[in-house]
Amino acid sequence: MAKSRRFSAGRRKFLKGAAVAGAATLATPGKPAVAAPTRRVTTPLQDPRAETGTPPEVEVLTADHCGSDFMVDVIKSLDIEYFCANPGSSFRALHESIVNYGGNQKPEFITCCHEESSVAMAHAYSKIEGKPIGVMAHGTVGLQHAAMAIYNAYCDRVPMFIVVGNSLDATQRRPGVEWEHSVQDAASMVRDFVKWDDTPISLGHFAESAARAYKIAMTPPMEPVLLVADSDLQERPLSEKEKLRVQKVTRTSPPQGDSGAVAEAAKLLVAAQNPVIIADRAARTPAGMKYLIELAETLQAPVLDQGGRMNFPSRHRLNLSGRGRPLIAEADVILGLELTDFWGTVNAYRDQLERTSRRITKPGTKLISITAGDLYIKANYQDFERYPEIDLAMAADAEATLPALIEAVKKLITPDRKSAFQARGAKLAAAHEAAVEQARKEAAYGWDASPISTARMSAELWAQIKNEDWSLVSNGASGWPQRLWNFDKYYQQIGGSGGAGVGYGAPASVGGALANRKYGRLSVSIQNDGDLMYAPGVLWTAAHHRIPLLSVMHNNRAYHQEVMHLQRMGNRHNRGIDRAYIGTTIEDPNIDYAKLAQSMGWFAEGPITDPKDLGPAIKRALAAVKHGEPALVDVVSQPR
Amino acid sequence: MKGLFLILAMLAGSQNPPSANTPRGDPQNGKMLFMKYGCFECHGREGQGSNATGPRLNQNPITYPRFVAYIRKPSGEMPPYTAKVVTDQQAADLYAFLQSLPKPPAVDSIPLLKQ
Repeated sequence: MAKSRRFSAGRRKFLKGAAVAGAATLATPGKPAVAAPTRRVTTPLQDPRAETGTPPEVEVLTADHCGSDFMVDVIKSLDIEYFCANPGSSFRALHESIVNYGGNQKPEFITCCHEESSVAMAHAYSKIEGKPIGVMAHGTVGLQHAAMAIYNAYCDRVPMFIVVGNSLDATQRRPGVEWEHSVQDAASMVRDFVKWDDTPISLGHFAESAARAYKIAMTPPMEPVLLVADSDLQERPLSEKEKLRVQKVTRTSPPQGDSGAVAEAAKLLVAAQNPVIIADRAARTPAGMKYLIELAETLQAPVLDQGGRMNFPSRHRLNLSGRGRPLIAEADVILGLELTDFWGTVNAYRDQLERTSRRITKPGTKLISITAGDLYIKANYQDFERYPEIDLAMAADAEATLPALIEAVKKLITPDRKSAFQARGAKLAAAHEAAVEQARKEAAYGWDASPISTARMSAELWAQIKNEDWSLVSNGASGWPQRLWNFDKYYQQIGGSGGAGVGYGAPASVGGALANRKYGRLSVSIQNDGDLMYAPGVLWTAAHHRIPLLSVMHNNRAYHQEVMHLQRMGNRHNRGIDRAYIGTTIEDPNIDYAKLAQSMGWFAEGPITDPKDLGPAIKRALAAVKHGEPALVDVVSQPR
Repeated sequence: MKGLFLILAMLAGSQNPPSANTPRGDPQNGKMLFMKYGCFECHGREGQGSNATGPRLNQNPITYPRFVAYIRKPSGEMPPYTAKVVTDQQAADLYAFLQSLPKPPAVDSIPLLKQ
């Protein structure tokens, strides 16, 4: 992986030398290079310095290679497939090196219309592919646009390789905008929610920091990292004189739970009468899902999948995600795997005038936590949630710890326990079947309603994709896909935004679809209307880069979460809620999302209001997607 | 919302016939209020409910006194609807609307729900 090239650095030294040489040739210090004119002249058409300065044949205006070429060598060594970016002058050299010197392959430049879209695309790509891609942005205005999406990725424990352009040397900045686009410490704005950043001052420094950044990003808890690429460093000419070396990237083994703690956890789980396994971001890779299935089946314990990743098959007989509350209330041991909010999982919370909470577990219930989150907590942003009183906490990566835990559990199982496990498993399987049947019954309510129910929308979509190799690259509609569809592959579910920053959904679905494209998978999304309106330009990105995606709009014409908050406040103050629509609905005029998508090169239909029209519309859209196009069906839907 | 769901789920069973304690309500006005007061936001326009927000109210046989008691002082997450916001007559109208909601089609009659 390590490569070296013979490049020399130092544009300023190089140009300065050329200029000095020219001056030495043409001018004597203290005297003009050319004698003053002896006759009166009119206002010159050209700057007289063009006549008196360095002759064109001496001034050096081009260089075959520049610093950003070497940066591309470094980036290629990281096996980064794409760079998502809106173009910007502070990284113009790196942009040019990617598309020309690098051949626009690994990385390929993905044109984005907003930095928030660039980051969200990279976010979802990483969750499908298990490794980061790059994002480029101005260190100032671009990073300001990108910040919310970076925070989402940070909360969602997603690796990402961000490069921002900046011009540190004030004496080299172009007058005007380059000053507005320059900053002393570019990374400071997002330092609270990236895992590591650096501002290299040499190309060797860039190479070393890039390798370090990649390693840090890929070590659980995985997080975004950021490098500042100084414009002078990017643009300085390189010659063949100086060696620059691309560093070998080291991959760190993820941290496993302490062997004593693993043994203790196994003992508690095997002895438990009602153990419950809860998973949020437990499965980082397909192997994580496999391990979780093995642990659950070994223990015959129910799994509650909180959906941060694709942790557990939706139709597995031990999947009881829909019965979380009663199972938690009955549990004597709870194993939490990479939970975002363990406290919120074992407590009920009531958002009334006086906020109250109560523990919902039985007294004495043992709580076991395995999370890499315990290895990395910052102070300012509060995504770490309320402090949970855990009995056995392992600061470790859950996926890496599961094999040892499974083996420890197996060693402790006696024939009596095995018999008890089988009896428990039979009851859980019956409960799973009952939950599936209940979901079908619930889905029938409002089946023929208009606006279309979210259950009907999910069922109609499932009917069209169930025989395809599909991947849901968005959240579902009120959890209906998870209740009605058969999720059994890792890439079929990628979880949410992490930080609940709205505007993630549309670009994330395009990023997920970008990752799925080379495998020929059918990417599908359920797209919220309010989310799409943040940065709809990502529709153009999908069309431009021929990223196939079937997007079904969950167009409920409001920010419904916020409507409900307004209702809560209106009622709390005895003022009624009939004005809660003000500032929370997206009506008058209604947005025609089909026309919006069509204007950016998508196949699109809608708005669909009659549920009978929905299935055929999705079928036509799917045909377009199979031809390589993105396609959208606008569905006017119930709120939730 | 989970607290509300549990309470209403406990009350679930079969549709209750109107009792002497149930005032006469206007289902048409109740439907209008159900939309105006935003009940549909959490419970769906057809009262179908949502796992994410509020329980199903269609075919939910909660009695009128308990219905009124709950909306006035919910034990779960639902915002309280005092008499200043929803009068007793409006509550009766809302209840009449919920009682008038038709049963859904049988699951077995919907091919898409057999997948």
